[in-house]
Amino acid sequence: MTLQLPIYLDSAATTKLDPRVLEKMMPFLTSEFGNPASRSHSFGWSAETAVEHAREQVAATVGCDSKEIIWTSGATESINLAVKGAALFYQDKGKHLITVKTEHKATLDTMRELERVGFEVTYLTPEANGLLDLTKLAAAIRPDTVLISVMYVNNEIGVIQDVAAIGNLCREKGIVFHVDAAQAVGKVKFSLAELNVDLMSFSAHKVYGPKGIGALYVRRKPRVRLQPLIHGGGHERGFRSGTLPTHQIVGMGAAFELAAQEMDSELPRIKYLRDKLLAGLQQMEEVYVNGDLEQRVAHNLNVSFNYVEGESLMMAVKDIAVSSGSACTSASLEPSYVLRALGRNDELAHSSIRFSISRFNTEEEIDYTIKLLQEKVTKLRELSPLWEMYKDGIDVANFEWSSHDTQRDVILH
Amino acid sequence: MAYSNKVVDHYENPRNVGALDKDDAQVGTGMVGAPACGDVMKLQIKVGADGIIQDAKFKTYGCGSAIASSSLVTEWLKGKNLDQAQAIKNSDIAEELELPPVKIHCSVLAEDAIKAAVADYRSKNSK
Repeated sequence: MTLQLPIYLDSAATTKLDPRVLEKMMPFLTSEFGNPASRSHSFGWSAETAVEHAREQVAATVGCDSKEIIWTSGATESINLAVKGAALFYQDKGKHLITVKTEHKATLDTMRELERVGFEVTYLTPEANGLLDLTKLAAAIRPDTVLISVMYVNNEIGVIQDVAAIGNLCREKGIVFHVDAAQAVGKVKFSLAELNVDLMSFSAHKVYGPKGIGALYVRRKPRVRLQPLIHGGGHERGFRSGTLPTHQIVGMGAAFELAAQEMDSELPRIKYLRDKLLAGLQQMEEVYVNGDLEQRVAHNLNVSFNYVEGESLMMAVKDIAVSSGSACTSASLEPSYVLRALGRNDELAHSSIRFSISRFNTEEEIDYTIKLLQEKVTKLRELSPLWEMYKDGIDVANFEWSSHDTQRDVILH
Repeated sequence: MAYSNKVVDHYENPRNVGALDKDDAQVGTGMVGAPACGDVMKLQIKVGADGIIQDAKFKTYGCGSAIASSSLVTEWLKGKNLDQAQAIKNSDIAEELELPPVKIHCSVLAEDAIKAAVADYRSKNSK
């Protein structure tokens, strides 16, 4: 089989729709077009049956009751509904919220918005391996803390937070606990029945499902209440109005069911590919893994190539589709806030690449990637004055660089 | 980010990569930028007894445009005297490489690198 270029290694951004999922969705874009809210004819009944079946598939995958699942447009909306909805509903109890600096922007920007309307937010710094120190979390809790939001799996570095322990702490203190699990489904084994989690956000397109659909788990026992953000026809028990996109929902249900069914066979294979990729890259010097390697999903590898600049590295590896920790292309010149929160210096943060492996990647693709990276990193290092300094035994980090403000000046013009 | 063909060409086939002996009195070395800003350029020139730049070498840590800007100036510098070298403007580099606005700073850095290399050579040879 010939290799198709570019190779897609960015499954943490989005995954390819599984053909088996598409097959399940198709009838609901054609003959089965009814509105699941129509109660007076068979078109509506059949759409409603499909929606409820998908709800059960999602609930079974995450270990909850189907009545605890609310459809949304995606994880971003779920997070908004969970965090704003709970904060606003419980604001008479207190107006303090806690989250982590390495959360997804959907959480961080939602928190910023709540700050704007009078809430106070504590942003915890994780340890250098990306994991949250529970004693620091416990110390941040105040009598007026009403909600804690922590992501299950980090989108950039793939580390897995100890959601069970955080949940126990929250339950003990009577604090609502929201978990952003967009990157966790199909990658980490968990059951909501065993976790003290009150709200959990999900996305379909990270799990080989379609874009534009997500779900929010809202615990019933003990009951968690939310103030809805979208008002209208009272769909989803009033939590989220708007006509349900039956085909998307069917796709999410099918994708989650496949994730649950295939996880046991898929994870060892993906971990084998990831470990092979890492071993290949570590044949080079000065390659650093970002984030804990043990408490981490098999799909993710985030590494920094010291003394190589991120954007030129991305340019060199255009045969593979990956993400860079450097946001240079957007002219912000700001390296990844996640890597900075881990205490990574700017140079290492700039030269990071996130490889995220999916069920569709092959060993041949990983072999090609290793070879490409070895060749290009070596070439860019030959070009790098920093590499030359390092080889001459000069401490690049403590070298006195002339401060250079031209970049900022020019961009402002 | 769409790069011009010229940037891609310099990036893929950089000219005059390497190092000259920085302790040689004939060699001027300029190093500008900082790793934290994402760009460091090291530019070296070797000046003959006639005051003409005989050789130029560079190493650059930075984006494709930064690599291309420094590669281009090494080509331009050879055969010029120091005053002509200092007359190279960042706008000349940006124009030649068709740099987009967000990448103009790369050409500014290349101009600064030339000035720093010339200044280093002059300070070495002023005694």
